[in-house]
Amino acid sequence: MAMTDHIVSSFDADLQALGDKLAEMGGLCEKLVGESIEALLRRDIPLAKRVIEWDRSIDRLQHEIEENGILTIAKRAPVAIDLREVVAALRIANDLERIGDLAKNIAKRVVALEGQFQPPKLAGGVAHIADLTLAQLKEVLDAYTQRDERRAMEVWKRDGDIDALYNSLFRELLTYMMEDPRNIGFCAHLLFCAKNIERIGDHATNVAETVYYLVHGEAVTDERPKGDLASAAISLD
Amino acid sequence: MDATATAARPKPTASATLPANDPKIVAKDVNVYYAEKHALKDVSLDIPERAVMAFIGPSGCGKSTFLRCINRMNDTIASCRVVGSIKIDDQDIYDPSLDVVQLRARVGMVFQKPNPFPKSIYENIAYGPRIHGLARSKAELDEIVEQALRKASLWNEVKDRLQDTGTGLSGGQQQRLCIARAIAVSPEVILMDEPCSALDPIATAKIEELIDELRQNFTIVIVTHSMQQAARVSQRTAFFHLGVIVETGPTERIFTSPNDKRTQDYITGRFG
Repeated sequence: MAMTDHIVSSFDADLQALGDKLAEMGGLCEKLVGESIEALLRRDIPLAKRVIEWDRSIDRLQHEIEENGILTIAKRAPVAIDLREVVAALRIANDLERIGDLAKNIAKRVVALEGQFQPPKLAGGVAHIADLTLAQLKEVLDAYTQRDERRAMEVWKRDGDIDALYNSLFRELLTYMMEDPRNIGFCAHLLFCAKNIERIGDHATNVAETVYYLVHGEAVTDERPKGDLASAAISLD
Repeated sequence: MDATATAARPKPTASATLPANDPKIVAKDVNVYYAEKHALKDVSLDIPERAVMAFIGPSGCGKSTFLRCINRMNDTIASCRVVGSIKIDDQDIYDPSLDVVQLRARVGMVFQKPNPFPKSIYENIAYGPRIHGLARSKAELDEIVEQALRKASLWNEVKDRLQDTGTGLSGGQQQRLCIARAIAVSPEVILMDEPCSALDPIATAKIEELIDELRQNFTIVIVTHSMQQAARVSQRTAFFHLGVIVETGPTERIFTSPNDKRTQDYITGRFG
């Protein structure tokens, strides 16, 4: 439904401001996730420390979006598409804030890894899952900006790939740990990083579901394809 | 499930627009003209029993006109012509043999501005039941007055001054007095034409609370300009625009994801 302007133009301005803040937050999140991975792959401590610092900005933006969203509800009593816009902004801001935390957690592990035994070429699998997840995050944020629920649902369906990749990475790292106990410390950190990345993918699918809700006014009802069998893999081994 | 079990079950209601309750009022192809002006165009609508139906729409869209068709209030306007059929419990209310006075006892009405009679609180309520012969004794009439005032949540505030004049009450109390007067004759349907537009937020909240209680026993149709009120008090909403019903459905859906762009634009404050 193409939207005409509200009679009260400051209402449009409120919604616009909310959308702008969310776009800013989304951009910052992409950057943070990308740089946390880069810091991990290159063992770049200063970059990791910058990521940790940047996460505060994401938290601040989330607070602002929440405050503005609540104020808009109180002042304008939005209904229909307007209400969905506000609710979607609040939800997506929450997911982005969590994504920021996960990126920060990866960065913290990079700092913690300093001085530890670090076997080369173990991080290759992580790079792959990270690329996939970053692409998903970017795509879902674009889908939100364009209110394109079809693109959002494509993201939603692809999350199974990330889960499957995480599963194989889990097995791979397990093998390295069994091979050489000196790998355990590093691999455990790497495993947590991979899990964090996989969780970022989950938040991207949450955003996809919110975009669907925003456009259609109802929740996604289908069951998402699941590829994460890591917990089952433990009992198998 | 086997075939016999399926066959034995009651048939689901035919129309997708119906809620759980059966329709109390069924309007078909209603057209209203004020002299040359075509005010309502082919309005068809089912109004469910013992539920609140809200009519929303910009001024002049025909919602009040349609409301006034339901108890034939439009008969009092000389230039007004109503075509089509409105049935209450399958009885055509425009049937020439129908007693309009009886109809209006079955279909009560509450107006925008509280309009109590310039009489005592007691008389305001007792008048209707007395002329309709609903009470055989003074004691019975007293009982009807008390019950009506109780149902309108006014009893505790006025029980010690029933002989005071009704116009001396506050605006919100006067409106509840009018609701009590409407329900004293045991109607089946209560029509409300912007019942809260002259009231403050507290009196409005009391009326809304009352409407919610009354829907246990009455079929209520309310015209309101307050979107929030429609969303709060009604189970179904019909959106009128330029004399037609643009959209009707469960209130929740109308206010969260309406199907029609005009409905969306109106309820979100994009035109009106």
